[in-house]
Amino acid sequence: MMNRVLAKRELAPLVTLLEVEAPRIQRRWKAGQFIIIRPLESSERIPLTIVDSDPVRQSITMVIQAIGKTTREAVSLEPQALMCDLVGPLGEPATMTTGKNVVCMAGGVGVAELLPVAKAFHEAGNRVVALCGARSDNYRILDTELQAAVDELHWATDDGTYGFHGNVVQLLQSLAGPDTFQEGHVIGPIPMMKAAAEATRGWNMKLHASLNPVMIDGTGMCGGCRVTVGNEVKFACVDGPEFDAHLVDFDELTRRNRAYREMEQEALAHKCRVGLDVR
Amino acid sequence: MAAPPLKYKPNPKAPRQALPLLDAHVRAHSADEVALGFTPEQVSVEAQRCLQCAKPTCVEACPLHIDIKRFIARLAEGEFQSAHDVISEQSPFPGVCGRVCQHELFCEDACIVGRKWDPVAIGSLERFAADHARLRMKELAASYPKPTGPKVALVGSGPASLIAAYDLVRWNYQVTIFEALHKLGGVLAYGIPNFRLPREILREEIARLQNMGVEFVVDFIAGKTATLKELMEEGYQAIFIGTGAGLPHMMGIPGENLVGVYTANEFLTRINLMEAFKFPDAPTPVRIGKRTIVVGGGNSAMDAARWANRMGSETTILYRRGRVELKARLEEIEHAEEEGIKFEFLAAPVALYGDENGYVKEIECIRMELGEPDESGRRAPVPIEASRHRIPVDTVVAAIGQAPNPTLQKVTPQLITRRGRILIDEQGETSMPRVYAGGDVVRGGSTVILAMKDGRAAAKAIHDTLSSTPEVQ
Ligand SMILES: Cc1cc2nc3c(=O)[nH]c(=O)nc-3n(C[C@H](O)[C@H](O)[C@H](O)COP(=O)(O)OP(=O)(O)OC[C@H]3O[C@@H](n4cnc5c(N)ncnc54)[C@H](O)[C@@H]3O)c2cc1C
Ligand SMILES: Cc1cc2nc3c(=O)[nH]c(=O)nc-3n(C[C@H](O)[C@H](O)[C@H](O)COP(=O)(O)OP(=O)(O)OC[C@H]3O[C@@H](n4cnc5c(N)ncnc54)[C@H](O)[C@@H]3O)c2cc1C
Ligand code: SF4
Ligand code: SF4
Ligand code: FES
Repeated sequence: MMNRVLAKRELAPLVTLLEVEAPRIQRRWKAGQFIIIRPLESSERIPLTIVDSDPVRQSITMVIQAIGKTTREAVSLEPQALMCDLVGPLGEPATMTTGKNVVCMAGGVGVAELLPVAKAFHEAGNRVVALCGARSDNYRILDTELQAAVDELHWATDDGTYGFHGNVVQLLQSLAGPDTFQEGHVIGPIPMMKAAAEATRGWNMKLHASLNPVMIDGTGMCGGCRVTVGNEVKFACVDGPEFDAHLVDFDELTRRNRAYREMEQEALAHKCRVGLDVR
Repeated sequence: MAAPPLKYKPNPKAPRQALPLLDAHVRAHSADEVALGFTPEQVSVEAQRCLQCAKPTCVEACPLHIDIKRFIARLAEGEFQSAHDVISEQSPFPGVCGRVCQHELFCEDACIVGRKWDPVAIGSLERFAADHARLRMKELAASYPKPTGPKVALVGSGPASLIAAYDLVRWNYQVTIFEALHKLGGVLAYGIPNFRLPREILREEIARLQNMGVEFVVDFIAGKTATLKELMEEGYQAIFIGTGAGLPHMMGIPGENLVGVYTANEFLTRINLMEAFKFPDAPTPVRIGKRTIVVGGGNSAMDAARWANRMGSETTILYRRGRVELKARLEEIEHAEEEGIKFEFLAAPVALYGDENGYVKEIECIRMELGEPDESGRRAPVPIEASRHRIPVDTVVAAIGQAPNPTLQKVTPQLITRRGRILIDEQGETSMPRVYAGGDVVRGGSTVILAMKDGRAAAKAIHDTLSSTPEVQ
C-alpha cells in the first residue's frame, strides 16, 4: 500500500521528521510500537518507531536518522511523494504503570522514540523525569515537545555545549540513587542502554529497554530479530521490542547488529558507483 | 461431459518422459528455473500414456479434483488451450501446481498406469498446459463480470486464500485478500525459490485473480493493522484465515544466536523475497560463507541448501534420519543431489561454536541410530553419545519446521487453538461464527495442494452460509 508523505522537517543534522498518511495505524497504535517501511520499490525493509499521530490528518510521524542506504532513501522522500510500503503497528506497546516516579532515558535519535513513551507514562498518572542525550547542542531534538510531555526534562551533551556535560547514564547517576525511581524506560544506542542497565542493577527499579535488532518481516516469521533475555530466546519484533533491561544480553545484540556491517557499506558504495560512472 | 473422441491409441508402455533440465553446471550459479518443461513431442507421448480410465482414480486423488483425464485427452489431441480451460474449471494455478505440487503423493500416486509402469507425469503435463496458456490470462479474466455480492475477507495470500478467492469471486462475492508482507503468494513468494517457481508465473496466475475482481491489500497484518472484529464492522460478512505456519522452530542448542546462524525462513526470505542473491544490486544482504550446513530434511532444507550452493558455498544437509525419511518432494532431493549437495544422514547438531567476534565457526554433531517407530510411524532417531564430532562451518541454516503464525491468535482469544493451530469444525469454521480457517495455520506445516483443498472447502462453506442467509447485509 502506498502511503503519502504529508510533511518533512529536519530536526538536527541527519535527523529528519516525516509525517506520513496512515489512517489505520493512526487509529490503533500505542506508545512503544513501530512500523516497517520500504521507502522505495527497490529498498530494504527497515523498522522505525511511531513517534506521534494526528487523527485529523490521519497520519503518523516518524523520526529518522540517516545512517545508511535505506534511511537515506527514506529521508529523500519529499512531501506528496508516495512511500512504497508501510506496515504496522508492530510489536507490543511499552509497559505502563501508574502513580510512580518514572525515569525515561534516551540518546540520539532515541529521544524521538522516547517521546510517545514518556507522554504515555505521564498521561497514565506517573511523575516523569526525562533524561535526554545529544552529541552537542545543535543535535538536540524535540525539546519543546518533551518539555510539554513530562514533569522534568534534563539534557546531557557529550561536549557540554548544553546542560549536563557527559552522557545520559552519568546524568542519571548525578541525579538519582537506588530509590529515586521505581520504573524506567531506556532507548538509544546499545552501549548506552547497556550502561543504563549496569548503572541501575541492584537499584529498586524496573528498567525497560526498547531494543533495535536487525529486522526483516517484523511479524515473527524469520527469527532474524532474535535476542537473548534472561537465557531465553525472544523475537524482538513480536515479543518486544521492549524487554527487561537487566536481563538482556547486550553483547550478543551488539554482535548480531554488526553482522552485515561490511555488506551495508558495500551497498552504499555500490549505489554511489551507479550514480557516478558506467561500469 | 462425454468422453472426447480420442485421436490416439493409449500407449502406457512408452517410457515416462523425463523433464528436460537445465544443465547441473549452469544451475550451480543461476537463479533460473531448473526444470525446463516438456516439448510438444514429449507431451504427445506422455499424454498417450494415459489410459483414459472409465473411473479415473487420479481425479479423485487430486485434492482440487482437476479433470485430469479430460485435460490430458485435450493435450493428446494437440488442443493445448482447451486443456488449460479444462484445468481452469477447478484451478487457476496450473503453473504453480504443475511445478510445486507433491503429485507423487496425490494424482500420480493414484494413477492406474503406475500399478504396472511409471505413472503418467500428470504434474508436468499440467505445467505444460499452463505455460502454453500464459499469455491468455487477461483474456480469460475478461469473461467474468465484476463481482457485486457480499464482501468476504481472506487473511494471508498463500495458496489457501488464493484458491478460496478464485471460487468466491466466481460466485460473485467481493473478495479482499489481506497480506502482511509487501508481496503476494505466501510461501510461494518468500519460501520457494525462483529456480523452482519463477516469479513471473506466480505473478501472472495471481494477476488473473486481480483481473477477475479480487482485491489485494498488502502491508496489512490482521490483528495488528485491524482486528477481525473491525473487519466485520467494515462490512465483511465472512472471514477466512489462511495465515500459514510461519513461526520457525529453533534448534534449542547452545550458540544458536551466533552470527551466520539462520532459520530457513530468514535465509529464504532474505534471498527469495528480498532478492539477496542479487546483492548489492538488491539492498538486502545475506551472509553465506565457504561452508554451509543446513539442518533438516524437508522442502525448506532442500531450498536453503540449493541456494547456498548456488551462491558458491560448499553445502551439506544434516538430517537426523535416513534418506527414505526425507520429507521434501522427490524431484527436489534428486536435483539437490545432482547439484552436488552432500547429505549427512543420521546426524544432528548439538552445539555451535563461534569466534571472538561471535561468528559461527564450528558445529558439533552427534550420530544417530534409528530406534522404535514414534507417533508419526517413523523410526525415531536415537543419539550415539560417543560419536560427537566437530565440523568447521561458516553458515548454518536451521530448517527444522514451523509452527502457525501466532500474531492473529494472540490478539483474538476467541479463536480456539491447540499447540498454536486454529481448530475448525467439518465446515472449516473456527470457534468464531463466520470465521473460517485452513491451510498450514490449521494443519501445521503441510503442502500447497492441501492448503488449496482447505481454501476450497472453506469457500464452499462460506458460500453455503451466506447464500442461505441473504438477509444479513
Ligand atoms: C524496533 C526498532 C525501532 C527503530 N526506530 C528507529 C527510529 O525511530 N528512527 C531511526 O532513525 N532508527 C530507528 N531504528 C533503527 C533503524 O531501523 C536502522 O537505523 C535502519 O535499519 C538502518 O538502515 P540503513 O539501511 O539506513 O542502514 P544500514 O546500512 O543497514 O546500517 C548502517 C549502520 O547502522 C547499523 N545498524 C543497522 N541496523 C541497525 C539497527 N537496527 N539499530 C542500530 N544500528 C543499526 C549497521 O551496523 C551499520 O553500521 C529502529 C530499529 C528497530 C529495531
Ligand atoms: C521453503 C518451503 C518450501 C516448500 N515447498 C513446497 C513444495 O515444493 N510443495 C508443496 O506442496 N509444499 C511446499 N511447502 C509447503 C507449502 O508451501 C505450504 O504448505 C503452503 O504454502 C501453505 O499455504 P497457506 O495458504 O496455508 O499459507 P502460507 O503459504 O504460509 O501463506 C500465509 C500468508 O499469510 C500471511 N500472514 C500471516 N499472518 C498474517 C496476518 N496476521 N495478517 C495478514 N497476513 C498474514 C503470511 O505473510 C503469508 O504470506 C514448502 C514450504 C516451505 C516453507
Ligand atoms: S494439482 Fe497436484 S494433485 Fe492435482 S492434478 Fe495438479 S499435480 Fe496432481
Ligand atoms: S488414472 Fe492415470 S491413466 Fe487413468 S485417467 Fe488418470 S492419468 Fe490417465
Ligand atoms: S523480524 Fe523477522 S521475526 Fe522479527
